[in-house]
Amino acid sequence: MNIRIVIYGFIMCLLPVCTQPVFAQQALTAEDVLERVDRNLSSGTRIVESSMTIHGRRTSRTITSKGWSQGDKRSFTEYLSPASEAGTKMLKLEDQLWIYTPAADRTIQISGHMLRQSVMGSDLSYEDMMDDRKLSEIYTARITGKDTLEGRNVLVIEMTAKVNDVAYYRQKAWIDEERFVPLRQEMYARSGQLLKRTDLTDVERIQNRWFPRTMVYKDMLKEGKGTEFRVISIIFNQEIPEHIFSKASLR
Amino acid sequence: MKKFLLKGILHDRGRSLVPVFVVAIGALLTVFLYSWVTGAMGGSIEMSSNFNTGDVKVMTSAYAAEADQIPNDLAILGAGRITEQLKNRWPDMDWVARIRFGALADFPDREGLTRGQGPVAGWAIDLISVNTKEPSRFNLPGAIVRGAMPSQSGECLISEELASRFDINPGESFTLFGTTMEGGFSFTNYIISGTLKFGSARLDRGAVILDIRDARSAFGMDDAAGEILGYLPVSYYDHKMAVAVQSRFNADIKEFAPDEEKMFEPVMLTLKEQSGMAELVDYSKAISAMLIFIFVAAMAIVLWNAGLLGGLRRYTEFGVRIALGEDKGHIYRSLLWEAVMIGCIGSLAGTAAGVALVYALNVKGFDMSGYMQNATILMPSVIRPAITPVVYYIGFIPGVFSMLLGNALAGAGIYKRETARLFNELEV
Repeated sequence: MNIRIVIYGFIMCLLPVCTQPVFAQQALTAEDVLERVDRNLSSGTRIVESSMTIHGRRTSRTITSKGWSQGDKRSFTEYLSPASEAGTKMLKLEDQLWIYTPAADRTIQISGHMLRQSVMGSDLSYEDMMDDRKLSEIYTARITGKDTLEGRNVLVIEMTAKVNDVAYYRQKAWIDEERFVPLRQEMYARSGQLLKRTDLTDVERIQNRWFPRTMVYKDMLKEGKGTEFRVISIIFNQEIPEHIFSKASLR
Repeated sequence: MKKFLLKGILHDRGRSLVPVFVVAIGALLTVFLYSWVTGAMGGSIEMSSNFNTGDVKVMTSAYAAEADQIPNDLAILGAGRITEQLKNRWPDMDWVARIRFGALADFPDREGLTRGQGPVAGWAIDLISVNTKEPSRFNLPGAIVRGAMPSQSGECLISEELASRFDINPGESFTLFGTTMEGGFSFTNYIISGTLKFGSARLDRGAVILDIRDARSAFGMDDAAGEILGYLPVSYYDHKMAVAVQSRFNADIKEFAPDEEKMFEPVMLTLKEQSGMAELVDYSKAISAMLIFIFVAAMAIVLWNAGLLGGLRRYTEFGVRIALGEDKGHIYRSLLWEAVMIGCIGSLAGTAAGVALVYALNVKGFDMSGYMQNATILMPSVIRPAITPVVYYIGFIPGVFSMLLGNALAGAGIYKRETARLFNELEV
C-alpha cells in the first residue's frame, strides 16, 4: 500500500514536469512563435562567410563573400570570388546602400527602384538583402495550422505587415515546432501574388541557437532553379570594429 | 496624222498651253504627294529598322522570345563567326552585330560619390571602325548637339536631355552600372564625347551609345552579341526580299549553329515579324495607298474636267470640220490623239519638275522636330520624300488617262452633230 502511494505520489509529482512543454506550446501565441524565431535568426552582431550559387539559364556560378552586420541597421559585405567580383564591397547604413567597385574605382549609391533589382542576377533583390528586421517588429501573425515538412512538425503561420516600408505585404511561414526555425517562407504582394519562396535546410545548433545553413531563394516571377545561399561559417555577437561600417572601408 | 497633230500642238500655243500647264501641275502634285507620303510613312519604318529591327535580325531563339526585356544572358555566342558567314552568304547586304542594354547612369560629384542617377537605354554599335555605316544609320553626326563623335575606346554619346538633367558636359565622365552577361556587377566609366538629340522623346529621354567593343568588355560578352542585324541593299524595307533571305537562312540553319542547343539556335526574324512592326508596315501601306488613291482620283477629276472643257471649247471647230466634210470618226480619233499628246507632254513636264522638287527636298529634308517634342513612337524628326521607281510614272496616271477620258467624253458630242443644224449653229 505504501509503495502504491509512493508510486502514485511520484507520478503525480512528475506529471506537471513531463507535460509542461506540451501545455506551454499549446499556450504559445503566433507572436510568441515569431519572437522565438527572431531569437534564433537575429543577433546583436554577426560575421558570416557564405557562398551564393546563382543558376543562370546558360551557366551556374558561385560567389563567395564575407559579411559583417550589426542589428538590422548596419552591414558590410566584401565579395571574395570569382575574380570578376572580388573586391566589390557593399555598405548598408540605415536605409542607404552603397557599392564600391574596384573596376571603376567608384562608390555608387543604390536607391529608389534600383533596390528592387536583382543582385548579380540572383533571386535576391537589394531590398531583400537590406531588410534584416525582426519578423515580430514588422508583421502581425496568426497560426493557421500544423503540418509536416521535411519530416519535421511545423506550425503554419500567416503574417501581415504592420509597417508600411516592408518589401512583402504578407508572408506565410512553416516554422519548426520544436526548434523555432522557419523551414519554408512564401512572400506575397498586397495583391496576393506569390513573389518569392525560400526553403531553409541544414538546420544546425550554432552558439546555442538553431540556424539554417542553407537557404534556397526562388523568385516566383522568373524562370530558373533559384539561388542557393550557403553559410560557410557564422559567428554571432562578436564585437565588430566601428570603422567597418564607414564609407572609408569601401575603398 | 500624229505628226500633223503634234505640230499643231507645238505651234498653236493658244490651244495647247493651258491644257499642258494644267496637266503638268497635276502630275507635279501627284509625284510630290506620292513621294512625300511614301517618305513619311517609310521613314518611320526605316527609323525602326535602323534603330531596332534591321530589315532582318538574327537572335538566339530564347532571346527572341523575350526580346522586349533585352535578355543579354541569352545572347548569341560566336557572333563574329556567324556575322562572317552571313556576310559571305549575302555579300550585298550589310550585317552588323549589336548589343542593347538597360543600365543605370551614375554621375559623380568631385569626390567621386553619387551626385545623380538615371536609368538609360543603351545601344552598343560599331562606332569607330573605318568603314562602319552604323553612325549614319543612327544619324549620329547630324544629331550631335554638343561635342563630337567618339574617336577612341572609352568614349560614348549620351542624349542631350540626360546631360542637361544631370548637368554634365562633353569631356566629363560617368559610370554605367549594369549587369554582365552572367548576371554579375558591371561598373564601367565612360567619357562623354558628345550629346545627342534625335527628336524622339522615347530616345531623347535617356539614350547612351557606346562602341560595341567597349560594351563587350563591360558586360563580359566577348565574341557575343544580343542581335545581328541585316540591311537589304534597297532604300526602303522590301518584305519579299527579307522573306527570301529568311527562308534561305532557316533552310541552312545547321551551318550557322552546328552545336547549339535548340533554345540557343539562331533564328532570323524579318522586320515585319518583330514587335508591333507588322501593324505599322500594313497600316503605312494602307494609309499610303488610300491617300494616293484619293489624290490621284481628285487630280483625275480635275484633269478630266480640263479635258472636257478643252473639248467643249472646240465645239465650233468640230462643227466647221464636219461641215467641210471631215469624217466624225476621224475628228474623234484626232481629238483623242491630241489628248494623249497633251497628256504626255504635260505629264512629262510635271513629272520632271516633281522629281526635281522631291530630289531637292530629299537632300535637304524637312525638319519636323518642332512638332515631335513629345512623340513616343520612333519617328524621324526630318522627313524626306521617297524617291522610288514609282515617282517616274505615277504622274502619268492622272495626266494621260484623265485627259484622255475627259476628251473622250467631250468628243462624244461630235457624233450627235447634224449637218442641217450646223449652219444655224455657225450662223451662216
